[in-house]
Amino acid sequence: MLLIGTRKGAWLLTPDANRTSWTPTGPIFLGQIIQHVVMDPRDNRTLLTASRTGHLGPTVFRSRDLGSTWEEASSPPAFAASDPLERTVQSVVWLSPGHADQPGVWYAGATPQCLFRSDDGGDSWAPVTGFNDHPMWQTWANYPEDQTPDGSMLHSVIVDPRDPDHLYIGLSGGGVFESTDGGKDWAPLNAGSVADFFPDPNPEFGQDPHTMRLHPLRPDRLYQQNHCGIYRMERPEGRWERIVDNMPRYVGDIGFPIELHPRDPDTAWVFPMDGTDVWPRTSPDGKPAVFVTHDAGSSWIRQDKGLPSTAWYTVKRQAMTTDVHDPVGVYFGTTSGEVWASTDEGESWRPIVEHLPEIYSVEYAAPE
Amino acid sequence: MKVRIPSPLRSYTEQKAWVDGDGGTVDELLRDLDRQFPGMRFRVVDEQGRLRTHMKIWINQDAVRDLSTSVAPSDEITIMQALSGG
Repeated sequence: MLLIGTRKGAWLLTPDANRTSWTPTGPIFLGQIIQHVVMDPRDNRTLLTASRTGHLGPTVFRSRDLGSTWEEASSPPAFAASDPLERTVQSVVWLSPGHADQPGVWYAGATPQCLFRSDDGGDSWAPVTGFNDHPMWQTWANYPEDQTPDGSMLHSVIVDPRDPDHLYIGLSGGGVFESTDGGKDWAPLNAGSVADFFPDPNPEFGQDPHTMRLHPLRPDRLYQQNHCGIYRMERPEGRWERIVDNMPRYVGDIGFPIELHPRDPDTAWVFPMDGTDVWPRTSPDGKPAVFVTHDAGSSWIRQDKGLPSTAWYTVKRQAMTTDVHDPVGVYFGTTSGEVWASTDEGESWRPIVEHLPEIYSVEYAAPE
Repeated sequence: MKVRIPSPLRSYTEQKAWVDGDGGTVDELLRDLDRQFPGMRFRVVDEQGRLRTHMKIWINQDAVRDLSTSVAPSDEITIMQALSGG
């Protein structure tokens, strides 16, 4: 099943056995901004949405029956009324389930770049004060000056599958940060990652990661699609290596999503975009293509069979995903409301849904 | 007092366009409405106690943004959401 979040609601796409025909369910919450829809992998039944209900502010909706019925969080992500910076959550943009051994734990990333946690399956949320109130937070987040086009946000909340207290987060902008004590304290993790828009292109923080992924079978490896390139990190050294050498120069290494093969830590897919001039964020030269690496970024292969020869859409940071089949299915959603699927690991593509609203997120789920 | 509910908030009021509420101030009224219709106040007022940007409240014919403004049982309250954007 694919979980689709859009600017105007959510849709669920259910495949047939061959992943050939997809049946849409929706719209769900028509007219509401759905940034992310995620299934709980610990019960394969509960769905959460990261939502911003038009002008009515941020919230989280939860379904415990695969989307048949929904309820709003009784206490959505919000700062304390006594917050010394008088911050307000503008939008909930990212959802990550907690560790497999912590059923009920969820993390949410927000605009501005703050982290929230639920311990009751997404019904009530509390600020992760170790980060949100860290003495360096205002500097890390460049608050309130930092304003990316859709609002500065915290995304890519990653829980180390070996240790529920080992967390990674990405701030766009602000950089990558790590906690080894369950979120009580945090430190920047940006060495090697460039911020070429600053006078010092190698700052300790301030970078602009767009998406970060950890491979569950090799949890010492991280990949990052950044505003300034594609990177891989091998822990515990903790230095980002830019892995772009064999990307064609005219394509570059700018983009939003990066997605991993579920069984091969050396394979990853990206969707490059035009980061020249005023950053149109469309495919370079208007020619959409996915690029795949099978050697952890040493080389990249263009995959555009079936994609239009010319199109001017954008694929946002949460709008690409992979499934767990063999061969792996790869999927992406566009700002023009199409979902494209490949059931042969990117070799060929076809649209499985068209004419949806602007797509913000595409996630794979395997309900039981 | 009678309170007029805009359509974006009627999912909280079982689609009722008019509801009854109590309180001596706008803030008390919103807290009473939240008791009756859980979750509704946070859609109108953010966590710092400020009216959300596109929310407006009228006491009879007077628009107010100060939640400490007094209201009386005979007042008619209108909550409005400015529908802007596309």
